[in-house]
Amino acid sequence: MRINLRVNGEQSAVDDVWEGESLLHVLRERMALPGSKNACEQGECGSCSVYLDGALVCACLVLAAQAEGREVVTVEGLATDHDDLHPVQQAFLEAGAVQCGFCTPGLIVATHELLSRRPDPSESEVREALAGNLCRCTGYEKILDAVALAGRRMAAGGAG
Amino acid sequence: MDFFRPVSLAEALELKAAHPECTPIAGGTDLMVELNFDKKRPETIIDLTACSELQEWSRDNGTVRVGAGVPYSRIIAELATDLPGLAIASRTVGSPQIRNRGTLGGNLGTASPAGDGIPPLVAVGASVELASTSGTRSMPVTEFITGVKENALRGEELITAINVPGSRGPQQFSKIGTRNAMVIAVATFSVALDLEARSVGTALGSCSPRPLRASDAEAFIADEIDWDGRTPLPESAAARFGELVADAARPIDDVRGTAAYRKHALKIMAKRTLTWTWEEART
Ligand SMILES: Cc1cc2nc3c(=O)[nH]c(=O)nc-3n(C[C@H](O)[C@H](O)[C@H](O)COP(=O)(O)OP(=O)(O)OC[C@H]3O[C@@H](n4cnc5c(N)ncnc54)[C@H](O)[C@@H]3O)c2cc1C
Ligand code: FES
Ligand code: FES
Repeated sequence: MRINLRVNGEQSAVDDVWEGESLLHVLRERMALPGSKNACEQGECGSCSVYLDGALVCACLVLAAQAEGREVVTVEGLATDHDDLHPVQQAFLEAGAVQCGFCTPGLIVATHELLSRRPDPSESEVREALAGNLCRCTGYEKILDAVALAGRRMAAGGAG
Repeated sequence: MDFFRPVSLAEALELKAAHPECTPIAGGTDLMVELNFDKKRPETIIDLTACSELQEWSRDNGTVRVGAGVPYSRIIAELATDLPGLAIASRTVGSPQIRNRGTLGGNLGTASPAGDGIPPLVAVGASVELASTSGTRSMPVTEFITGVKENALRGEELITAINVPGSRGPQQFSKIGTRNAMVIAVATFSVALDLEARSVGTALGSCSPRPLRASDAEAFIADEIDWDGRTPLPESAAARFGELVADAARPIDDVRGTAAYRKHALKIMAKRTLTWTWEEART
């Protein structure tokens, strides 16, 4: 089947999508957007987190056909300039919150979502907001540092 | 595989009548796991997320009608005052990502004994609304769930809404698991005080094949509570309430916990949540 959706601001039509296929599969395998990671395919790890019509979701749990006519933003679409990093991405790098990097895109999208509605979250709010994103490398401390750093920078720079 | 995406409830019901074997998908948080792991290969899928009627809620005469497709995140944000028990339970579901997609209709469709949306509904006597092209019927949640992952839905029907009596007193929900987030409940307990009817509603989760109320515990504590004077609840009465709740459970041993542990947990959760609600009622 054909699916029409907006991804990272661009209207696209994707052909030959199987009816039972996830949005994650379509993004990665049919739209050349491998930023969203495929780790568990059961909603447990959050590494496939994307925005669907503004809401944070696991792309592995959205049937691609359900995204018809909807707006998707992936980690690839966060930075305004294609060659730049978004302040959240920059903060993750600087804080040492990236080791193997597999969890990173999902955590970046989840952090972006949190900071856009709560610019100065408490630590428990951060933990709550990121509870659906698993990292097996960092032990999370550096991730918490990165979120705090990104929050400070975005508040100072007014970037969203 | 065929895929349909009706844009109205009427169209969805027509499709369901024409394809009674087809599988509805709402938030997909249960169904997609089965599709991704090839545990289910439905011939026909019908997406309910474009039917706006299912994504609405409304108040009518003290009852809140929650559309089957309202996700947990909206129950938390919009219904915490009307339906506090359901909102607290919704906050414990999965993660933000899961709560943005998962729905009560899907929780009832799956009908897992560990479904966290179900006990708060049972504790207040909520009913499920089912519709087909030939009409609408309604039944208590306790009757709708007929067994482990079994419900009374007929092939041509969809779950359209859940009618939940608005709160008439403090409510609580407590869940035990290995982590604070992303956990399938080992046991849950819901309690709802009705300060007008002077009664106490309860429900146990993950402790029996079908949703269960602890009727003996409810009757006992309604007698013990000083509804007029609002005096503190005697410690011994709260403890006895906990024991009666644990007695009502029919748990099993499984990978998540033993039956004995579940009963113990229930005893403590029941005592605690009852005390919280009564303290709230007194202030
Ligand atoms: C990582 C993860 C964590 C989770 N944590 C929890 C948790 O803590 N507590 C909990 O209770 N659950 C949890 N779940 C399970 C799931 O999120 C819930 O059961 C949720 O309520 C399902 O809703 P849905 O809309 O996503 O259902 P779907 O997957 O869309 O559907 C589920 C079933 O219901 C049927 N259905 C859906 N809507 C209707 C309708 N309107 N009429 C008729 N049939 C319908 C479908 O055909 C399907 O059989 C978790 C799931 C995941 C993946
Ligand atoms: S791949 Fe989607 S949550 Fe793990
Ligand atoms: S950096 Fe390896 S999983 Fe998080």
